[in-house]
Amino acid sequence: MNKLALPDRILMEIEKPARYIGNEINMIKKNPAQVEIRFCMCFPDVYEVGMSHLGIQILYDMFNRWEDTYCERVYSPWTDLDKAMRREHIPLFALESQDPIKDFDFLGITLQYEMCYTNVLQVLDLGGIPLRWKDRTWDHPIVIGGGPCVYNPEPLADFFDLFYIGEGETVYRQLLDTYKTSRRLKETREEFLYRCTQIEGLYVPRFYDVDYREDGTIASFGPNRDGVPEKVGKQVVTDLSDAPYPLKPVVPFVKVIQDRVTLEIMRGCIRGCRFCQAGMIYRPLREKDVEVLKEHARQMLQSTGHEEISLSSLSSSDHSGLAELVNFLIDEFGSKGVNISLPSLRIDAFSLDVMRKVQDIRKSSLTFAPEAGSQRMRDVINKGLTEEDILKGAALAFSGGWNKVKLYFMLGLPGETEEDIKGIAWLSEKIAETYYAIPKDKRIGKCQITASSSFFIPKAFTPFQWSPMGTKKEFLDKARIVNEEMKAQLNRKSLRYNWHEADLSELEGVFARGDRRLCDVLVKAYENGALFDSWSECFDREKWDDAFARCGMDPSFYTTRPRERDEIFPWDFIDAGVSKTFLLREWDRAMAGQVTPNCRVQCSGCGAMKYKGGVCCEGQD
Amino acid sequence: MKVRIKFAKSGVMKYVGHLDMVRYFQKAMRRAGIDISYTAGFSPHQIMSFAQPLGVGLYSEGEYIDIETAGGLTSREAVDALNAVMADGVRILSYRKLPDDAGNAMSIVARADYLVQFSRPLDADRAERFFRGTEPIEVEKKSKRGVTTVNIRPMVSGWELRDENRSLWLRLSAGSASNCKPELVLDALALADIIEKNEAVQITRLELYADTGTKQQPVCTPLEDLGEDIV
Repeated sequence: MNKLALPDRILMEIEKPARYIGNEINMIKKNPAQVEIRFCMCFPDVYEVGMSHLGIQILYDMFNRWEDTYCERVYSPWTDLDKAMRREHIPLFALESQDPIKDFDFLGITLQYEMCYTNVLQVLDLGGIPLRWKDRTWDHPIVIGGGPCVYNPEPLADFFDLFYIGEGETVYRQLLDTYKTSRRLKETREEFLYRCTQIEGLYVPRFYDVDYREDGTIASFGPNRDGVPEKVGKQVVTDLSDAPYPLKPVVPFVKVIQDRVTLEIMRGCIRGCRFCQAGMIYRPLREKDVEVLKEHARQMLQSTGHEEISLSSLSSSDHSGLAELVNFLIDEFGSKGVNISLPSLRIDAFSLDVMRKVQDIRKSSLTFAPEAGSQRMRDVINKGLTEEDILKGAALAFSGGWNKVKLYFMLGLPGETEEDIKGIAWLSEKIAETYYAIPKDKRIGKCQITASSSFFIPKAFTPFQWSPMGTKKEFLDKARIVNEEMKAQLNRKSLRYNWHEADLSELEGVFARGDRRLCDVLVKAYENGALFDSWSECFDREKWDDAFARCGMDPSFYTTRPRERDEIFPWDFIDAGVSKTFLLREWDRAMAGQVTPNCRVQCSGCGAMKYKGGVCCEGQD
Repeated sequence: MKVRIKFAKSGVMKYVGHLDMVRYFQKAMRRAGIDISYTAGFSPHQIMSFAQPLGVGLYSEGEYIDIETAGGLTSREAVDALNAVMADGVRILSYRKLPDDAGNAMSIVARADYLVQFSRPLDADRAERFFRGTEPIEVEKKSKRGVTTVNIRPMVSGWELRDENRSLWLRLSAGSASNCKPELVLDALALADIIEKNEAVQITRLELYADTGTKQQPVCTPLEDLGEDIV
């Protein structure tokens, strides 16, 4: 029988004990005594969230293909188990072997959103690993961070020995080999980490120093040791079709968020929306070959038994083989009770036809993400979706039997006016009018237009990284204006509006463009009990306000402050592919309301061409 | 055709709850290539039903699922195909064809056997007096609607001390008409000071039965005996 780290008594008192037992279908079993490297992969949130993440599944599969490595998993214990483990001094353990994570060679933590940062500290703390790298020895694992948040890793600089910038498929093998060499030579931890600076894509925060000006901005940022590179270049997989992909993903017992096969069809995006970090840092767009995708779909459905398959990408409609792939999936698996889910599709005749085949029109709704209410604002953010596109798509869908529409917007975009935000209500109204223009006998009851808005948070490596962020009060005032304008519309009974809370957005804004000085605030907030901040039932603003106050830090320095064009940003040492010249050019074009064409229409010279892959090389062989 | 599947659950799988087991078996059917039938409509689902949910923390040697299938496999082939895709701790024991007019497991289940293991021997005389008595055994039963008091005496149709009095075998009413969880009997034993609260080390469900006798003369037939092997 498999051993368990937790006693029966605790497993029987906590919620969903199956989160902590491992043993899932397709879990990898190896003998830890027979491998050279034990790698524990962590998603610092609860199991159901962490198990839904594709990146970890990819790396788990890749690591375990290597004979000398055993990769296991760990997630944040939910608050009930957190309390029990502290009470009984049980160290945090990996699911597979149930061994303490402290005994591993590496602890890899994926950083998918800023509001998981206190959970990073929880994992280290419960694991018995010192929070800061300066307190660790060879008795502790090398703590390495990855994922989109490492495009500004500085707010976590004290806690990680290493950061891996970019896509995980490229230099991990090199890192593990370096580790083996270094351990064989009995080198110090610092010597090993110095070797790591010679591997492209790896950032070792201890080898960089920061000086600040009196106004709090950065005066200088650079290596404190000879031979450490000034810039760290992001890692990119040039040929995705050949990259390893988990054909036997782990199938959880408890119902997780993504309880389905996830088929990644491409990476990157050609659209160049100026607020979107993913659209910038995953450049260039790279498609996976349709034949490869068909085979992956077949094998993954077989090995998991999942009843649903979902296509994953930033903008599925931009895959040149989408129609072929979708028709294949419908023909091959539709009759076998497999649902096909197609998020991020542009609404047009093709997608409506597909949606009609794969879902119940009466129950499903159409989703548009205009992101801004007015055409002027959509030009500013470079969202190439026009009012005409939306109304045409809606009209087409309405005549096909749909009557529910969801719209996603942002508030607080750079240079936003009252007209722009009222535009959210006006656009919603126009969609409703499009519906009621259909003769009464040809429509099914009323339509339902639901508009939602979130608050814009400027992110690193986007053209809006220079933009001030709104305050909580500004956000809520804007939401109120939209809400009132909605109520003033003719078809108000068919319109709904809801908006996100602003407390969390403010904090996310701080860490998105924060620097190393925030490490102390994070520790303080964690000590105050902040945990699972992305969960509204756990988030407690007061714990954070107190942490900022005690550290003598003003959060607005990171959010509402306008930034100079030549300010040194904490993340400037990273080469993310997109050049600062390009980002500044895009910032200027945004302020001038100029649209930049997508990558397939015209190259905008962002800098990603140097990776020699994907859309940058299309039609050139 | 209707098929009844019997399985055992042990080890760490005891922490996987009933609803998760339902989803687990839906996926297992696909992995094993069982040609299970689906309901019609836009969101088809597998025709599958469990005899009786098993509480979190319990082992079982006699769990049942009824399915509808187009057939094509012998019992042996189906058992092997399913066992090849099981998680550690779930084992398929039988796969039998039911008569077309058979009632489904959920509706016919009437009794269940349990084995409760303790870390020390029970006082046999006191246990005997407790079970042989005639006065009502009243315990509190929690449900979604609140706490009610029930007399479980008529629901205990058999008991026996085993394993040098370290184990208690129970036959209890099960099913929609009258259902008694073994935990209720343990609560009653604790109230009578025969055991401490939470003293049971492990509870195992041993078998589920249909009542194939008459009102006067009940006959407990294991649910799998109502089907026959496909050869």
